[in-house]
Amino acid sequence: MLKAMLGEAWLAMGANRLRTALTMLGMVIGVGAVVIMMAIGQGAQYAVQQTISTMGSNLYIVLSGSFTAGGVRSGSAGAPSLNVADAEAMSELDGVSNVAPTHQGTRQLVYGSQNWSTQVVGTTPAYLEARAWSIVNGAAFGDSDVRSSTRVALIGKTVAENLFADDDPVGKTMRIQQNPFTVIGVLGSKGQNLDGRDQDDTVIIPLSTAQRKVFGTPFLGSVRMIMVQAESSEAMPKVEEGIKSLLRQRHRLREGMPDDFFMRNLSAAAESEAETTRTMSILLGAIASISLLVGGIGIMNIMLVSVTERTREIGIRMAIGARQKDILTQFLLEAVMISFAGCLLGLLLGLGVALGINAFTGMVVVISGSAALVSFAVAATVGIFFGWYPARKAAQLDPIEALRYQ
Amino acid sequence: MGEPVIRVAGLGKSYATAAGLFPALRGVDLTIQAGEYIAIMGPSGSGKSTFMNLLGCLDTPTMGDYFLTGENVAHMQTDALAKLRNRTLGFVFQGFNLLPRMSLQDNVALPLVYAGVGKEQRRLAAREQLDKVGLGKYAESLPSRISGGQQQRVAIARALVNKPQLILADEPTGNLDSQTSEEIMRLFGELNAEGITIVLVTHEPDIAAHAKRQVRFLDGKLVSDHLTEPSAC
Repeated sequence: MLKAMLGEAWLAMGANRLRTALTMLGMVIGVGAVVIMMAIGQGAQYAVQQTISTMGSNLYIVLSGSFTAGGVRSGSAGAPSLNVADAEAMSELDGVSNVAPTHQGTRQLVYGSQNWSTQVVGTTPAYLEARAWSIVNGAAFGDSDVRSSTRVALIGKTVAENLFADDDPVGKTMRIQQNPFTVIGVLGSKGQNLDGRDQDDTVIIPLSTAQRKVFGTPFLGSVRMIMVQAESSEAMPKVEEGIKSLLRQRHRLREGMPDDFFMRNLSAAAESEAETTRTMSILLGAIASISLLVGGIGIMNIMLVSVTERTREIGIRMAIGARQKDILTQFLLEAVMISFAGCLLGLLLGLGVALGINAFTGMVVVISGSAALVSFAVAATVGIFFGWYPARKAAQLDPIEALRYQ
Repeated sequence: MGEPVIRVAGLGKSYATAAGLFPALRGVDLTIQAGEYIAIMGPSGSGKSTFMNLLGCLDTPTMGDYFLTGENVAHMQTDALAKLRNRTLGFVFQGFNLLPRMSLQDNVALPLVYAGVGKEQRRLAAREQLDKVGLGKYAESLPSRISGGQQQRVAIARALVNKPQLILADEPTGNLDSQTSEEIMRLFGELNAEGITIVLVTHEPDIAAHAKRQVRFLDGKLVSDHLTEPSAC
């Protein structure tokens, strides 16, 4: 019986091809728009997430405060107010997973006849963990290297390319500030950060080595910056509070005195960026859904016209034994078929356009099966929802009236 | 004789109009036995169409009882009525009422679709009825390709396809010329001879004369009920 009805729905759709096609077009555009918008929105989210994940998650940086000498104020991290002992104390706090004191600056590297200026970061192994940075070639240095100030270095991909070209950098000796350093590992590529800075253009060396051989420090053990990673985003506020009170206590700051350090939430900026793209993609989806809704209303409109036109047919069917349920099913089936066919074409259109956007503009698009599935389900629902009223109207016709209809 | 096909007792139907309740049918009693061929006559407004709609289970009475093959259908729900129309009754209309987009065979098979009969069985049954009315060779044609008289034959084939107890024909010759009308009436006569009960609604006396029994309606009442005189045939 359902098979016979599907056949009839097909016939009815074929009876007025232009009208069916135009009705379907509403659905095609609606579903197409949803697919395209979701692909673009999810693409943007994906791109931001990629960037965020390279930065490391749940990060704070604590910078030493500024100092004033003869009216000239240094910037942040100018004063030698933070030290390694502060960092060690922080790592005892609840909710803290990694603490990495760092000291960084720009220095010239030399290897053979090549040289390259880059950011040199002196830190502890915890830094690599906090930033979830892997080593693709060679190995990382350990805490013993920090204790004994060995001259070993991990280099970023950009440094490796510029300084060593085709050579394997691991085991080679390069110079930083006249000091020979042995390259023991190459870092995995992280690409650009949110500011567009190349994160691979860097060299990482043990903190003590950096302080003694490369930068030189006014007081031994003082650091300019400490990177702190919280265990989870929920733990972040607690960690922030803990660090602030710990540092005030350790630095013997009385109530009313300003902090002699700065604390910044690295993840906040990233989170807000992610939030922005999420909002954008929801907005895009919402706008696209409106066209889907309009498509559905188009179906309802045509089905209502169709019911009126076929009043007599409905009367005949009732006279020869169609139950209300049969008439309802018939018209509902027609609406759902139009909506499904429109949806299928819309999916193809959406995929085509999304891939086209990707090919011509290079914009990241993410086509997920779930997005396609969702729009398909929505289209089916729209078909049933907007097909229901006309179908019910048809089913509830009085057979005598319907038979008399000219 | 066994159970009458139709037994109507005190059947009435009133419609609500702007001027108040209008009684279209005021207490009709009628019994039709299996195998009868009966013509219902009367001028327009006499209540014969209302009576026909009630007999055809397209409408429900406001008073009285209607026993169709022994079952009281006066208070049945729409789905049960639809089932009766599908299994027990066969309709033939003045305007033929074939579905224009379907082949003749599909038109004839349509009642079987609603009866839930399988595709192959539907095809065979439809073919059998079309052959019976002499139109088997047009099985795949659309209704618009054949003449009015032929369309009415297809409509009769459709009415017969579910092997009903009763054929209800509402002015079946109203849209046909006199020669074609004769052919259609001859077909009804043949069907009745095979034992099919036929109820014919008409306002033309010479059409009614083909039936074996004639009843006449006037102002919502049954005013006469007699057998057709042989000379009229």
